[in-house]
Amino acid sequence: MRRAEIMMAVVLAIFSAYLMWKSAELPIGWVPDRGPGGGAFPFWLSAGMLLSSLWILVRALRGVTAQSQSTEPYFDSQSAVLVALVVGALTVMIASMHWIGVYGAIPLFFVFYMKIIGRHSWLQTLSFAVITPIVTFFFFEILLNITLPKGITEPLFYPLYDIFL
Amino acid sequence: MDIITHLLDGFVVALQPMNLFLVIIGCAVGLFIGAMPGLGSVNGVAILLPVTFIVPPTSAIIFLCAIYYGAMYGGAISSIMLGIPGASTAVATTFDGRPMAVQGKADKALVAAAVASFFGGTISVILFTAFAPPLAHVALVFGSAEEFALMMLAFGTFVGLGGDDIPKTIFSILIGLVLSAVGLDIISGAPRLIFGDISGFYHGINFLVLAIGIYGIGEILWTIESSRGEVQVSQAVVSVQRILAALKEMGKCIKTMIMGSLVGYFVGLLPAAGATPGSIMAYGFAKTMSRNPKSFGEGNIQGVAAPESANNAASTGSMLPMLTLGIPGSPTTAILLGGMVIWGLEPGPRLFVDQTEFVWGLIASLYVANLFALLLNVAFIPVFIWVLKLPFTILAPVIFILCVVGGYAPTQDMHDVWLMLIFGVVGYLMRKLDYPMAPMVLAIVLGPLAESSLRQSLLLSGGSMMVFVERPISGPIIGVAMLLFLLPVFKALKRRRDAGKASEG
Repeated sequence: MRRAEIMMAVVLAIFSAYLMWKSAELPIGWVPDRGPGGGAFPFWLSAGMLLSSLWILVRALRGVTAQSQSTEPYFDSQSAVLVALVVGALTVMIASMHWIGVYGAIPLFFVFYMKIIGRHSWLQTLSFAVITPIVTFFFFEILLNITLPKGITEPLFYPLYDIFL
Repeated sequence: MDIITHLLDGFVVALQPMNLFLVIIGCAVGLFIGAMPGLGSVNGVAILLPVTFIVPPTSAIIFLCAIYYGAMYGGAISSIMLGIPGASTAVATTFDGRPMAVQGKADKALVAAAVASFFGGTISVILFTAFAPPLAHVALVFGSAEEFALMMLAFGTFVGLGGDDIPKTIFSILIGLVLSAVGLDIISGAPRLIFGDISGFYHGINFLVLAIGIYGIGEILWTIESSRGEVQVSQAVVSVQRILAALKEMGKCIKTMIMGSLVGYFVGLLPAAGATPGSIMAYGFAKTMSRNPKSFGEGNIQGVAAPESANNAASTGSMLPMLTLGIPGSPTTAILLGGMVIWGLEPGPRLFVDQTEFVWGLIASLYVANLFALLLNVAFIPVFIWVLKLPFTILAPVIFILCVVGGYAPTQDMHDVWLMLIFGVVGYLMRKLDYPMAPMVLAIVLGPLAESSLRQSLLLSGGSMMVFVERPISGPIIGVAMLLFLLPVFKALKRRRDAGKASEG
């Protein structure tokens, strides 16, 4: 936990410094007749972020915070595997939405999550894998008129568009 | 009486068939979300906000507020049946609710929670109706300096009263504000903080992307990790007779419920405090006031009534600053406020003048929502108990899909879905190290307003910071805000002095 606390503070400090540098692309000082420049607000705030992350770091190194005293691991191995699996599945699902579209990605995600992580029966898994995309289609595409990404499956939807839109 | 006529007009709006239908659905969904361990009002409102684009703004906010309310009722269900708070706001309900369930009095505890919630909700809505119009009237004269001062006050409450690690709280506020600055600069129109020249950053970071990331994806990851073990659902014997008997017993709790409602309401007004500390404080007060404090923690019905009335009252309390001042009183109301901007309404005191139908429709719907939440809660106790037995491996993927599609809907840009995933995962990792998340969400919602009011004030004053201190209203507000920011310093000094004394003696 202590190492995680220190590492997080360092990463956040670097990120804050990057934000300061990035904000400085716009004027950070006073622009005559326009008030503070466009970069001023984010610049000074990220300066504050840098200061507070350094403050966190100092406290962590001195062992003042509860996390820096804790000897518990940041992740125990069991939950690390589980969380990594879930995050991995989400990443793959979102990435595949670009390619096989929402209606390809959702069923695959359900099959992975319910069958492999949850160990549910095929009947339960498949019913969720089929019903969720259908509900999503009718709610978002028909009622809300929001076109979700479909990737290569786009042509399959032409007949549906003809019927509902 | 002006207020009464407005309120009656509001009821006309709230009782329109569609709005009434939305209140009922909202309460049911809220109860369901609240009952699920780990998910509370803020998660429900964040995940379901994109769904409300289908209806007009008044109906949308009525629906979301019904979810807010329902979740406050529902939180008690898993606190009592599982001994795990259904939402952080129901933590104090476990103290006596769980022992009551273990003793076979689960039905009594559930009824007490529902009635106390109704009581707290109703008292606080009446207070709200009385206080909101005058406050909005006062706030009408506020200029940009006052607006900025109020936001400082909101952030100050997190530092001074939030109770989390101070530098981590400050970091959370600041990163939220910086994220809100991404996009095109409002005054010069120049692109700003466009990372790696990715086009998706030009439209800025929608607050919903952060809110769904943290309260949807991050929260589920958190729940997956913390709820791995098997949980034991208590048995509840539910029959009409037993419910009626339990209702009769609630007479004893009236004093506790009034106390809980008042404590909850006033604590709820503060952005950093809200329903969780409000309900814990109410529990503490009930215990001190009681003639038999030892019975608390062993299944005293007063110990269920106090926090449950307080957390509902707090949820109404947090809406008062949101509607009248445009400063949200809780993370949930921050998301509602962001929603109002998406719907094209300008939050702040002008709402009471320009959007009377919206404001009063909402207020009236709170009365209606309370009633339905109570009825649904008592009528469907068995259903909610069944909900608790649903395996999380079914609910989690459904919620993930809702998050992904809901994150895509507002801007229709895959870029935002990726950002949401990143925020969710990073937010979860930070939360494990006790970085508070609520200030960040509040900050990203208030950020654009904070920046424009700061720059406007400075432009008018010619760059002098004194403008915030000199004006008659903003001066005292800034003063209080500064005190709150410095409160931890005073506390630390006092602790050091006490420690010094102790070592001398």
